[in-house]
This record gives sequence, structure tokens and C-alpha cells, in this order.
Amino acid sequence: MSFKSLVLAASSALALAAGAASAKDSIIVAMQLEPPHLDPTSAAAGAIDSVLYSNVFEGLTRFMGDGAVVPGLAASWEISDDGLTYTFSLHSGVTFHDGTTMDAEDVKFSLDRARAEDSTNAQKALFAGIIDVSVVNPQTVKVTLSEPNGNFLFNMAWGDAVIVAPESIDDIKTNPIGTGAFKFANWVQGDKIELARNDSYWGTPAVLSSANFKFISDPTAAFAAMMAEDIDAFISFPAPENIPQFEADPRFQVLVGSTEGETILSTNNMQPPFDDVRVRKAVAHAINRQAIVDGAMFGYGTPIGSHFAPHNPAYVDLTANSAYDPEKAKSLLAEAGMAEGFSTTLHLPPPSYARRGGEIIAAQLAEVGIKAEIINVEWAQWLETVFRGKDFGLTIVSHTEPMDIGIYARPEYYFQYDNKGFQELMTGLNATTDPGKRIEMMQEAQKIIADDYVNGYLFQLAQLSVAKAGVQGLWTNAPTQATDLTSVSWAE
Amino acid sequence: MIRYSLKRLLSLIVSLAVASLVIFFVIEVAPGDPASFMLGINAQPDTVAALRAELGLDQSKFARYIEWVSGIIRGDFGTSYTYRTPVAEMIADRLWVSLPLALYALTLSTLIAFPAGIYAAARRGKGGDMAVMGATQLGVAVPNFWFAMMLVLIFAINLRWFNAGGFVGWDSGLWTGLHSLTLPAISLALPQAAILARVMRSALLDILGEDFMRTARAKGLSKRQALWRHGVRNALIPVLTIIGLQFSFLLAGAIIIEQVFYLPGLGRLVFQAISARDLIVVESVVMLLVFSVIMVNFLVDLAYAAVDPRLRSRT
Repeated sequence: MSFKSLVLAASSALALAAGAASAKDSIIVAMQLEPPHLDPTSAAAGAIDSVLYSNVFEGLTRFMGDGAVVPGLAASWEISDDGLTYTFSLHSGVTFHDGTTMDAEDVKFSLDRARAEDSTNAQKALFAGIIDVSVVNPQTVKVTLSEPNGNFLFNMAWGDAVIVAPESIDDIKTNPIGTGAFKFANWVQGDKIELARNDSYWGTPAVLSSANFKFISDPTAAFAAMMAEDIDAFISFPAPENIPQFEADPRFQVLVGSTEGETILSTNNMQPPFDDVRVRKAVAHAINRQAIVDGAMFGYGTPIGSHFAPHNPAYVDLTANSAYDPEKAKSLLAEAGMAEGFSTTLHLPPPSYARRGGEIIAAQLAEVGIKAEIINVEWAQWLETVFRGKDFGLTIVSHTEPMDIGIYARPEYYFQYDNKGFQELMTGLNATTDPGKRIEMMQEAQKIIADDYVNGYLFQLAQLSVAKAGVQGLWTNAPTQATDLTSVSWAE
Repeated sequence: MIRYSLKRLLSLIVSLAVASLVIFFVIEVAPGDPASFMLGINAQPDTVAALRAELGLDQSKFARYIEWVSGIIRGDFGTSYTYRTPVAEMIADRLWVSLPLALYALTLSTLIAFPAGIYAAARRGKGGDMAVMGATQLGVAVPNFWFAMMLVLIFAINLRWFNAGGFVGWDSGLWTGLHSLTLPAISLALPQAAILARVMRSALLDILGEDFMRTARAKGLSKRQALWRHGVRNALIPVLTIIGLQFSFLLAGAIIIEQVFYLPGLGRLVFQAISARDLIVVESVVMLLVFSVIMVNFLVDLAYAAVDPRLRSRT
């Protein structure tokens, strides 16, 4: 057998094997980042939720693809009139993947673990208002808050608030045991994570019998893997410049949706000259948002004028507040005694929105006389110098947590915005449960930070995913980082 | 001989101790903290402190160094900060990809370089030599990830002979495993082959001018016979040295190729660990590589001494 025929024989054998494997009840999903470990309740890494949220782990409530918060493991709940007590009725007959029963004790364990003193929950603030969790009976659990919290059911939908079991907690980082429609099967570190359908799922069972998550960090490799049809879908495709090519190819579909990521030019409000609102306003008017969206994101992304997601019902369009107007920027600088301009630093973390966007912003700022020295940093460095050390002038970051306008009420937060009025408004918002009132307050909040030009508000990050044409049921939007496969299937 | 070996052994231990100090403290200088990295930008300071305590990062650097070194002596490389699995296990898993890939690439590069180098030397200054040298010039100049992309474009996307990346695992059979490593091995091998072919050629040309080659020709061997019997064998010494260097490079230096083909190898492990500041993994991998290099040198020293008695008395 010659080498060529050997290769041909082998490749046709492979093709056969591949054909058999895609008997259309399994899927290979790729994403850029690999989870560091598999415990969604003790790390911020979005990659953990991207694999496990709703597939393997579930919480009392959950997010749907459109951002709605609906019942999860809790079938229903009652809220006391003072808004302090939530009594959750759990679904009956729910078991963890190891066969143990999920009941009120597990809920108590999970919530108490997350709010404990030695908790390593990355979003511990979600649980801050809880003062007691008590088991009424195996199907009922009562949560008592110190003050009313209009966000409580929303908070319980986060991946950081999923229900885990004390029996399996010790190994959760390598062998996650949840209640979801898929159970964890295998993890080849650096390569892939395999999930298998949970046949004793309490709810509607998954259509797919198995799912493989692959991790491809290089954008060129992502493109090649998709084009070679090695993978069935790529969630958050890293190379927006290739999207038109997929759109034109009938083998593929492109899903363009929204994320919770407000991409902002974060500004150190305590560092001169940015402690002068006129300087921050000048920066805001010096930025051409659409040019950044076009240049850095190839047109995908929605310009914003405050720190709020455009698809949220409470959104107010404040982009006019910081419209592109270099002349106005120059006169504002002159007014602030900076007619000659000034020099500052611009720290750029690795994602392309920051690196590509940063180049464009630096050029736009230079037009009005602001010399921004670009400093490329890794995330670990960014966390150390910018976030913890607060040693920066400007930086570009996408804040991907849902509904995170509350960070502007934390004066010690890295951009160091200190406004008593805003802080009171946020305290009031947390205590308000009336939906109409809450919307009003959230709109007020957006206006305050827009008028104070706390940061340069750039654009809402788009969610771009590519899938084979036959895949249906994938989330288009990303209300939280998740790849919910529970209702994904292949078209006939 | 025993005295000499003991001396060498002592210097081996001292080198390893110094290396461990340098590796640990140089890597620990890098700004960034694994606990902050894990918990992200919404974490409360007390949460970060709790995780630091859980990971043992609240101890002093020196205490952690002692713990790390004493662990290594017992064969325990510690536990990864992020993955929370034993580092030794992680390295072993990755070696199952990186080692075969390095061997595969080295085999390919040798298979290409030897004939090319010998051919060029035999036809010094003629068209064949020029062609080979031109090709190797290109091979040295073009980065291997570019080769990789071209190979993917042709053989994975257009011809569909190979997957665009990924490793299927040895469970699915030796042939399938090798098949999925073929494109990465070729992209790693081409630039190495170019270097090796040039070394082979120049080593051979040096040898061809030696007296014993003239003697061989004078004894009546044809040019080709002399080249093969005496030339190639003698030229192997510098070539083998280069192959040895290339091997350690291929083992850990395939980071970019592993990214392009998303292979779960040692390079990718180090890359991920550095960005997550999972320093214990980085330190252990580097230490392991240093150990293997020092160990090889030690064995070579002993081998030299066994062959050449003068070396024993000199030290």
C-alpha cells in the first residue's frame, strides 16, 4: 500500500467515523477560554458558567435566553408583605447526578456556604442581605433578608448562586454534581469537557444525548475549525472580521445578539486632571463611538451613553449627552486650563475590543490634544495595577455582569467615583420592589452618571456566535455567560 | 572514576538548587495574584483573602519556596492554584501529547534534513546546492505558525484530509493519534529541518577538507563512497548536538503551534498558567525542563569521562 493510498484510506475511515458520530444527537461546541475549574460558586471565570450553567447546575431561579428570570429549582415562592421573607417551594423528585435527593437542606447548605465568612464566592455581594436560611420542610425553604431587596430573585438566578450538595462539594472543582439536564462526564484538561444527558432529569429532558465543549483560544484556529466543520458551533466567536464570510456560506448560520457587557473607557476620577468633570466631559466628546464600533468590532456593537444595557426595559438613550464633537472637547479643555492638552496613560487588557478600540481612542484623543500612552497588559497585571493599585489614567474594560450600575455607588471601586446622591439612590433602589418605581430610579441613575461623565461610555458588546445551519435552540443573546443546551437540537 | 562521579553529582545538586531558587523567585516577581485573577472584579476583599488563605498564598515567599522544594524532593510538585489538581498529574497528561509530537517532528525534520544537507554538500556550488540552500533560507525565515496556517487551509479546510486542530487522544488508536498530530508535526519540523540541513551541509563541507578524506580518496574510494563512509559519519557529531538542542526546544517551545492547533500540550499548559498566574505550575514545568537538561549533561559528562581518561584527572 503506497503512502498516498494509506492516507486516503485512513481519511475515508475517519470520514465514516465522523459521519457516524454526527447521528445528530450530539454537538461539539467551541469557546475561547477553558474553565480553570468546574465550581461556578467559587470563581469569576465566565468560562465555568459557559459550560455548566443550566446544563449541569441550576439555582432557585434561572435566566432565560431573553434575560427573563423564571423559576428554576423553586417551583414557586411567596414574599412577605414587608419584603423580608421569601418562602420557596421546591420542585419534588429532584435528584443530583449522584442519585442523592435535592431538598431544602441542600438549598440551605448552598446559600450558607456562599455567604460564610470563609466563602470564596466571587459574587458574595449577591448574598449580603441574607440573615437567615431555614428549612421548613424538605420541600420548603425560608430565606430572611435584613432589608427588602428588589433584586433578590434576580440575584438567585446567577451562576454563583446554583444549588450544590454537601455530599459532593469536596470534589466539585473536578467532578461537578448538579441537578441539571446534563451530567458531567469527562474533562481532558486543555482540550475538552464532555457532558451526557441526565436521563433522570426532573424537568423536560434534553434532546441531545451528549455534548462536547472544546477550547480554542486562537482566532485563526477558531476560524479554521469552523470552516473545516470540526465543530458544530462557536460561542462568542473571537474574530468579527470573519463573520461576513460565515454569513455568506449556506453551511453556517451567524447569531448576532446582545450581552450584558458595557464597554467603557474607565477613567480614574481621583487622578488629576480627571478629577475635573470638564476634562472628563472633554474626553467624552472627543470619542467617536461609531468609529470605534466599526473599526474595532467590524460594526457589531451598540453605542451607549451611560452604564446600562440598551436591551433593558429601563434603558434611556443618553448617547447625545456625549456626542462626538472635537471642537467642544477642545474648548472644554481650554476652560479647564488645559488648552495645551495633557498626557496620560491608557492601559489595555488583552481582549480585542480593548486592544483595537484603544488604538482608535488614542488617535481620537490626540486630535484634541490628549496624549494617551498605550500600555498593553495581561489580565493579571491589569487586576494588580489598574484594579487594585488604581495606578492608571484611562483603561478600556467591558463590564459583563448583568445590572451592575451599582458599582458606581462604591467609592473605593477602581474608577473611584464618589457621589453621595448616587449612593443614596442605589440604596433606595435595592430597597424598592415596585417594578414601575424601580424603572424610574434606574433611569435616574443612568442620567446621574452620564451627566457626571464618570467614564467614557463606548458601546454594548455584541454576542457573535457561529453554528452549523442545522443547529437550533442556541441562545442568541447572553443575559449571563451560558451555553444553555437543554433545548438545543438538530433540524431534520 | 568514583571520585569524579561524586564531584559531578555534587555539582549537579548545586546546579539544581541554584536553578530552583532562581526559577522560584524570578517567576514570583511577576505582578499579579492568582486569587484576584480567579475571583474577578466583583469580588470583595475578604473573599480574595479567604481564597489566598485556602491556597496557602498568605504565607511568606520563603516558606512557600521551602514547601515547594521539599515537595519536589519527595516527588510532589504541589497542587495547581486554578485547576486544583496535582501539578505532576497535569504535566504527565500534557507530556503524552508534547513528547510524541516532539519526537514526531524531530523524526520528520531529520528525514528531510539529512538527504537535503548531504545532497547540497555533495553538489557544492552547483544548481542543486543553490536550490536546497534557497529553500532552507526560506524555511529558516518563515515562522512555523505561517506554515501551520497554510497546512490547515490546504489539508484541513480544502482537502479535508485532516482535522483543523485538536488531539483525539491515544485511546482511539496509535494511527488516529499520529494522524491528528501530523499537521502540527510538519509545521514544527519544516523550520527545524531547514536549520538542520544547513548544519549538515556545513559540517560535511568541513569534513570534506580534512586530511583523512583526502587519504580515503587516495586509497581509491570514489567521491560518493568517501562521502558516505567517512564524511557523513564524522559530520554527525555537530548534527546530533543540534538535534539534542532542538528536542528540548520542541518539547516546551511549541506554544504557538499548540495554540494554532489547540493541542493540550505542555506549551499550552504553561501559557494558560502564566496568564492565570498559576505560578506553581509554571515553576514546576520550568524546573522539570531544567532538571532534564542538567541530567542529560551529567550523563554526557560521565560518558565522556568513561571514554576519555584525561577528563577524569583534569577535574
